[in-house]
Amino acid sequence: MEGTLNLVGFGLAAIGPGIATGLIFAAYINGVARQPEARSVLQPIAFLGFALAEALALFGLVLAFVL
Amino acid sequence: MLSYAAEVGKDEGFNPPDAGDFNLPPFIEGNEFATKPILLVFLSVLLISIFFILASRKAALVPSKLQFAGESVYSFVRNDLGREVIGHEFMRFVPYLFTLFTFILVNNLFGIIPMIQFPTMSRISFPYVLAAFTFFIFHYVGIRKQGFLKYMKEIMFLPGIPKPAYILITPLELATYFLVRPMTLSLRLFANMFAGHLLLLVFILGGEHLLQGVIGLKLISPFAFAIGIALTFFEFMVQCLQAYIFTLLTALYIAGALADEH
Repeated sequence: MEGTLNLVGFGLAAIGPGIATGLIFAAYINGVARQPEARSVLQPIAFLGFALAEALALFGLVLAFVL
Repeated sequence: MLSYAAEVGKDEGFNPPDAGDFNLPPFIEGNEFATKPILLVFLSVLLISIFFILASRKAALVPSKLQFAGESVYSFVRNDLGREVIGHEFMRFVPYLFTLFTFILVNNLFGIIPMIQFPTMSRISFPYVLAAFTFFIFHYVGIRKQGFLKYMKEIMFLPGIPKPAYILITPLELATYFLVRPMTLSLRLFANMFAGHLLLLVFILGGEHLLQGVIGLKLISPFAFAIGIALTFFEFMVQCLQAYIFTLLTALYIAGALADEH
């Protein structure tokens, strides 16, 4: 089997953003369940946080290919 | 599935798709600009123009189906991204936000449209240009609104922080505004499209390769294709989401530059 250690490193690096994304959406679901009318306020915030957390995982992916 | 394909590759010569698969050769010999991504950008501009000209040509009080489709996209950008985020000066930026959203959306969707199947934004230069537009616009808006010195002062010196902390905070804030924001904006879009396309390539090409193997491998290949199809729908969601997030972040940056709290 071929490949580089980069891919293992990327797998490890993806754990953090994975947990972060879970926490963000858990908080979002909690918020909407408690106060359904707050949905339109919470939605952009949730997706913004998701995008910021996910960006970290994707930088890892890019670096796994580049390095 | 990937490790399985890689193990098969040892004796069959299966090459897992990598970054080189995104370097499509120009289809006119010697002309570096005649590549598929460039063609797709022109095609997307053409498609968007035709769609919205047709949708708005016979505007009526009771809208036709086409007019309704065009107007719902427009009102989504204007209300949910413009008015909600930027505030009372939002109408100046709606043309830019709307162009950005439709352009990115159509170019992303090229990734899953049959016969085209190449997301333009998986070539890094296109996201770079779009992020550069956003970068210059939000700084221009901020400087125009507050003056250069006041704008820089607002970026560099956050209020309500003890003075020694500025040694740490000021470089971080400068890096955020001038380096991290445009980099993350472009890399996020690029990496999403790149990773998504690579994922589809792995399963579709892997399934095709399994089909050429012995009978046992032939039986497995439908599963690879099924996952490939499921991932195509997942990609559809990601592509819409990325167009939304790019526009949302642009609107947020503009709103941040416009805000005068002091």
